[in-house]
Amino acid sequence: MSQAPKPEELLRVSHIPPKKDWMDPRVDLIPGTWGYPGKASSLETLGLPNPREWNPTDEDWKLPPNWKEIIHEGLKERLEKYRSLKVFLDICVRCGACADKCHFFIGSGDPKNMPVLRAELLRSIYRQDFTMAGKILGTFAGGRELTEDVIKEWFYYFHQCTECRRCSLYCPYGIDTAEVTIIVRELLNLIGVNIDWILGAAANCYRTGNHLGLEPHTFKGNIEYLVDDIEEYVGVRLNPTFNRKGAEVLFIAPSGDVFADPGIFTYMGYLMLFEHIGLDYTISTYASEGGNFGLFTSQETMKRLNSKMYAEAKRLGVKWILGGECGHMWRVLHQYMDTMNGPADFLEVPKSPITGTVFDNAKSTKMVHIVEFMADLIHHGKLKLNPSRNDYLRTTWHDSCNVSRGMGMFEEPRYVLQSVCNNFYEMPENTIREQTFCCGGGTGLNAGEFEYLRMMGGMPRAFAVKHVQEKHGVNRLVNVCALDRAILPPLMDYWAPEVSVSGLTELVANALVMEGEHDRLTDLRGEDIPGMEGDE
Amino acid sequence: MAVWYSLLLVLGMSLFVYLGAGLLGLQAIFGIVVPYAAILVFLIGFSMRILGWARSPVPFRIPTTAGQQKSLGWIKPSKVDSPYTTWGVVGRMAMEVLLFRSLFRNTKAELTEGKLAYGSSKWLWLFGILFHYTFLTIIIRHLRFFTEPVPFFVQALDRIDGMLQIGSPVIYQTDVILVAALLFLLIRRLVNPQMRYLSLPADYFPLFLILGIALTGIMMRYFAIFKVDLLSVKVLAMGLATFSPTIPDGIGVMFYIHLFLFSVLLAYFPFSKLMHLGGVFLSPTRNLPNDSRMVRHVNPWNAPVKVHTYEHYEDDFRDKMIEADLPVEKQA
Ligand code: SF4
Ligand code: SF4
Repeated sequence: MSQAPKPEELLRVSHIPPKKDWMDPRVDLIPGTWGYPGKASSLETLGLPNPREWNPTDEDWKLPPNWKEIIHEGLKERLEKYRSLKVFLDICVRCGACADKCHFFIGSGDPKNMPVLRAELLRSIYRQDFTMAGKILGTFAGGRELTEDVIKEWFYYFHQCTECRRCSLYCPYGIDTAEVTIIVRELLNLIGVNIDWILGAAANCYRTGNHLGLEPHTFKGNIEYLVDDIEEYVGVRLNPTFNRKGAEVLFIAPSGDVFADPGIFTYMGYLMLFEHIGLDYTISTYASEGGNFGLFTSQETMKRLNSKMYAEAKRLGVKWILGGECGHMWRVLHQYMDTMNGPADFLEVPKSPITGTVFDNAKSTKMVHIVEFMADLIHHGKLKLNPSRNDYLRTTWHDSCNVSRGMGMFEEPRYVLQSVCNNFYEMPENTIREQTFCCGGGTGLNAGEFEYLRMMGGMPRAFAVKHVQEKHGVNRLVNVCALDRAILPPLMDYWAPEVSVSGLTELVANALVMEGEHDRLTDLRGEDIPGMEGDE
Repeated sequence: MAVWYSLLLVLGMSLFVYLGAGLLGLQAIFGIVVPYAAILVFLIGFSMRILGWARSPVPFRIPTTAGQQKSLGWIKPSKVDSPYTTWGVVGRMAMEVLLFRSLFRNTKAELTEGKLAYGSSKWLWLFGILFHYTFLTIIIRHLRFFTEPVPFFVQALDRIDGMLQIGSPVIYQTDVILVAALLFLLIRRLVNPQMRYLSLPADYFPLFLILGIALTGIMMRYFAIFKVDLLSVKVLAMGLATFSPTIPDGIGVMFYIHLFLFSVLLAYFPFSKLMHLGGVFLSPTRNLPNDSRMVRHVNPWNAPVKVHTYEHYEDDFRDKMIEADLPVEKQA
């Protein structure tokens, strides 16, 4: 519904705060900057509280009568469960080092999008209700009364944070506003305040295993379409297997790569790569989603969705798990999975059957990232590559937030990209690697109705791309996150037209010289490869 | 508003001491009772805050990775910014606590003429670190009032601090830098519209308080009319330190204001953002190794959850699976 305004208008954003005191919680729900509420049916599937029909623009949000008590108890419980929360609420000195680090603040100018103030929205309530100073001194100590307006404010601003952790990098105490956002979203879920783009996806993942709700036969069918496309463009027929017991490796990718353009080209890449090296792998329809929409809901939901991976690996009797290109999936896998659903002692320490490399860094989780896996293959010369097939691309690399600030994967993808593509240009220094900017739509903020804010929030990323587009003629933005592959294309259309977006494995597969292939006149997108037409 | 409240509060407290210790002669209260009470509140409060934090577990390993992970043997990992060993973590924490590593990264974003530029911005880092180190030096320097003989490192520090040999009494560089840094931090809050918007009384109050402590100290030392008898001060300080407090005559009221403001700072400390001194050590994004796929971390409350099992899943979709040639555990 909401169309984002023209780029020129967005550029007029002012960073001067309004006159109104930030302690006043009343928000103006600007169209295009908030998501539709979670549907009752999704809440019921997940067994979450307070399923009902409601609308954020209504005066009455139909909160449970004892909502205040629920929030209070919920916060208390979480203070006891998470040291991070307690420490982060107590020690912020409001130095503002994080303030202009958030893409949503840079893009929108709304001061409550400064990470410090975003956290302060919770902190003020915590101070009032849980600290001695706040109880005695109230506002003077920075305390605020918990009212329905505060809940509405939370709903608005904690769904304007993509949990990208960029703020955390610069904070002298490592205060991670993403942690605060995670907790506040949990609290909101306790009283049934959430958005549908998250809840719907989480419910689908729970029921069918993937976020679009593809049932097993459709899921398999979709991949078979990709197999047909590969046959057409490459001339090789592949036969991936599904739910096969006894395979060596279970492969799990974000399901976005199974059905949505341009993720599907990345999926075609996965299939071609595995065929090329003769990997004994299988794909599961039950654990058919890598991305974890539970992370944006609650710790429990995250654990429930994630549990399928180990359960399926055990049932199928594989040796280890290989994970596709995904952001949030990897944040969960890397930082939470083993703790929540381990120990995975029924699996073996991952060892590449092709190179013999033992992945010691995944000794306990038993889960390897496809980029680590590919980097190892390339390093050992196990892939036959013809990078000149990617010569028509001038690429740059987008470090996805989660694999950057939540995992530390910087060199592997650059190594792979530069092995399969001759033209590579880095974006400006303060916008890459650990300082990378979010696409503006992670954590379930990719909803259509959220487009206005997404274009604002994605502005810093887009501008860095535009910079290398103007300077080096970059025309392809490569990344390893399924949400990026969904979110960045419209962002590029908006700010840096002519830059297309793809996953890394797509480019690897473009360059891969497959046994029995015919002349590759097109890339995996079915588009002519410039310079190759001459061979006809 | 916040800034005036805080300023008035500090001025009010000074006036209060001026009346109490100066005019009413309640020196024993301001010289003995208040400092002891403040120290007690500080010690108990500080420990309780630390224990309070420590009581909550760290369920997940969530370091902010600011450098290359340890993965393949031929890729150089970043030992400090993405530590995977205990020593790496120690290194990261040391850089954080001693050098303000994260703040050093600070940049400033500017949107001008349709371009976004990020410049390095180290002013906050510079004045932040100057403030902390000079404050620390001054506190250590004060040990000379509490010790007899004065330990050599305190004497050495004293000498280094007065190295420039300006004026008489010799001007300590730290005094000047401390005040300059405090003023920078204060003015930054007032002048930068965003900082002004987000600042609370709790942000201005400690600045004014410390500024008050510094200025009263400086006045006593450098301005003849406020001069206090240093020997008497030392008698009082030694008395407090050896738990046999006495109130010598002839200490000027400026001293009592100085001491009172410092006592307030001590007592206020555990209840305020100043606790970042302790909290920085407990921050899970900084003090954990990035090795969560190598080593299993245990969550003491690992929540039990209801999952959608494969069996249920197959029950839900068995016919469709069979039709699509997908293997099933149970035939229909
Ligand atoms: S950088 Fe950290 S301490 Fe400073 S305002 Fe932000 S969260 Fe608070
Ligand atoms: S985590 Fe990212 S989106 Fe959220 S406040 Fe921090 S910088 Fe902004």
